[in-house]
Amino acid sequence: MQSTVMTSPHLRRKSPLVLRIAKAFFGDLLGACLTLLSVGILLALVPAFKWAFIDAHWYVATPQGCFSGGACWAFIGSKLRLILFGLYPPEEQWRAALVVGVILIMVLLTAWPRLWGARLLALWAVGIALMLVLMAGGIAGLPPVPTSKWGGLPVTLLLATLSLGMAFPFAVILALARRGSLPIARAIAIFLIEIVRGLPLVGLLFVAAILLPLFLPADWTIDKLGRTLAALTIFAAAYLAEVVRGGLQGLPSGQIEAAQALGIPYWKTVWHIVLPQAIQKVIPPLTNTAIVMVKNTSLVLIVGVFDMLSAARSAATDPAWPAPSKEAYLFVAAIYLVICYGISLYSRHLEAGINARNRS
Amino acid sequence: MFDTLWYSRKLRVWVAQIALMGSLAALIWWIGGNTAQNLTERGIRTGLDFLSRPARFPISETILHYSPEDSFLWAFIVGLANTLWLSALTILLATVLGLALALARLSAHPMLSRLAAGYVTVFRNIPLIVQLLFFYGVATSVFPPPREAWTPLPGIYLTLRGAYAPDLFLSSSGSWLLAAIALALILTLRIAWRWPTGKALLPLPARLCAAVALWLGASIAIWHLAGRPVRLEFPELNGLNFRGGQHLSPEFCAIILGLTLYTAAFVGEVIRGGVQAVSKGQWEGGRSLGLSERQIMFRIILPQALRIIIPPMTSQYLSTVKNTTLAVAVGYPELGLVVNTVINQTGQALESILIMLGVFLTISLSVSALMNWLNARVALVER
Repeated sequence: MQSTVMTSPHLRRKSPLVLRIAKAFFGDLLGACLTLLSVGILLALVPAFKWAFIDAHWYVATPQGCFSGGACWAFIGSKLRLILFGLYPPEEQWRAALVVGVILIMVLLTAWPRLWGARLLALWAVGIALMLVLMAGGIAGLPPVPTSKWGGLPVTLLLATLSLGMAFPFAVILALARRGSLPIARAIAIFLIEIVRGLPLVGLLFVAAILLPLFLPADWTIDKLGRTLAALTIFAAAYLAEVVRGGLQGLPSGQIEAAQALGIPYWKTVWHIVLPQAIQKVIPPLTNTAIVMVKNTSLVLIVGVFDMLSAARSAATDPAWPAPSKEAYLFVAAIYLVICYGISLYSRHLEAGINARNRS
Repeated sequence: MFDTLWYSRKLRVWVAQIALMGSLAALIWWIGGNTAQNLTERGIRTGLDFLSRPARFPISETILHYSPEDSFLWAFIVGLANTLWLSALTILLATVLGLALALARLSAHPMLSRLAAGYVTVFRNIPLIVQLLFFYGVATSVFPPPREAWTPLPGIYLTLRGAYAPDLFLSSSGSWLLAAIALALILTLRIAWRWPTGKALLPLPARLCAAVALWLGASIAIWHLAGRPVRLEFPELNGLNFRGGQHLSPEFCAIILGLTLYTAAFVGEVIRGGVQAVSKGQWEGGRSLGLSERQIMFRIILPQALRIIIPPMTSQYLSTVKNTTLAVAVGYPELGLVVNTVINQTGQALESILIMLGVFLTISLSVSALMNWLNARVALVER
């Protein structure tokens, strides 16, 4: 969309800044009304700002110091370990912190398109094994920590990455089956995807927490964390499958026909030709699903898994502090906001790259 | 696409598919066997006969009439009614707010569009359950006890025990009168809107104002003549609490506020995306035909945008219905919480959870069917 000579910037006379601002804000009656509306909204936010920053207590000697005035951020300071690591044994919390660090590094590596490929998958396998060993312990001189003691941010991040990672292969198979021409396989894929997508995640978590022990033989015991992870994985697989299906649909049929003409077998066509192109097309919606899953991990609170949100909730019940639930949830919200907004910024950056490549 | 690859080995493919089917059936058989064995070993009662027994637990707030003597089946229905009520209210409020957000983001006003963008960023990127718990925390800690209630508007009281608002008091003829008055408003506006421009004495805005004034005057006159069958009943402080009026519990306020604010951010983005997806040439074409901006928006852009908006909006509304289950976290008695309570009361987890899943599946599948039908009708306009 090249602009014509008439509107090209160097021919347009530049009016003074003050005038331009005045025109943008009070150019006409509607503009002036909207300006007043925006100022009104900002003014309405002033008390909240005052509560959160100006009247806030950042450091207090005792919880009593928080009983008047604004937000009590000192509470977050004193409960930071509980919120971030839950009931993980304090002397072992360096391991939980290390797990968070490993996940961050893995995610940053994954965000670098040059590394995408089979080697990155292998790296993830190693990374996840390392994280689980670090969290659980029991070997290499690390004291064992049962999953009932796991909690906080590592649990949130582990649930998100593990559910997405384990769901992905299932999602690809479901999407291929749904797009393929095998009637029974397609029917099963459609059935599974639509059932899971038609249910609320809370319902699936109820099934995992309450019914799954009934479904399995009595001597099989899977702990609660594993069961919720299974529910999250099934949920993620159904949604990812629809995203991958979108990518398969966008693939020109000439690609597959060419592969057939060359006599390449089906699975090799899928692995080397179909999937790389299909997945590259749907990276923005894939990151979107990743955001959804990060947010969804917080629902495990409902079935009593001790993630970051549950840890914050239990921290807020300490009667020594004056009803600090607002501060606790705002802190958790800020962490989620940083993670999810970070992923969405990254997705936008990728999308801009794809658009630029398509245009050139 | 993959046809020729697979059909060249037709038999093998069918054998593989039948094997897949068989293993799925075996898995279900195995799960069924395990479940039956576990249930008998643990002595858990099965069957649906518990549905007709009295529930004997209270439900704190209901749309339908409920008392603990009612049956478990009725408790489920009452929970479902709360779920639907919550969903309908959220969808209505979030659509209005979302439309406002979309318009704000699309507007050329630099401050307003940024405010709306900031809102969307914040509310979309924080899990709904965190927002619900936050609002519940606010609702149960910020407000004063009833005796010192805040009154932002006369008749509305905000307290630690929830909000109190005037209640609409309707006599038997009142509801008919209300319906008639509402119908009259629509008719008056329609006549004023459609008045042939050649014969009009007033421009459109003045015509609309005159119509509303006329309607208002007539309605008030009729209301007086009919003996004031509709009036507001104000809440009154009585001892330590309010009596009368409409009471909104902190749980309800938190969940409706949280759901609405969260859903509106998504609805706003769906609408914005739909409007922006209509190509720029449509605007330019409209302008070159000499149509006004409003005509272009309502006659050209919106009808096309609607077609793009309907499918993502459907899934948004459906996730809203599913999201109401998060009310469990703040203790509003929708279907999920009722199911939870029933499980604790009877131990019949299998039946209760299956009922809940069945209900949601029915809602999801029927709404998608309905929306597909609607979508097909809108799409038909395209030639």
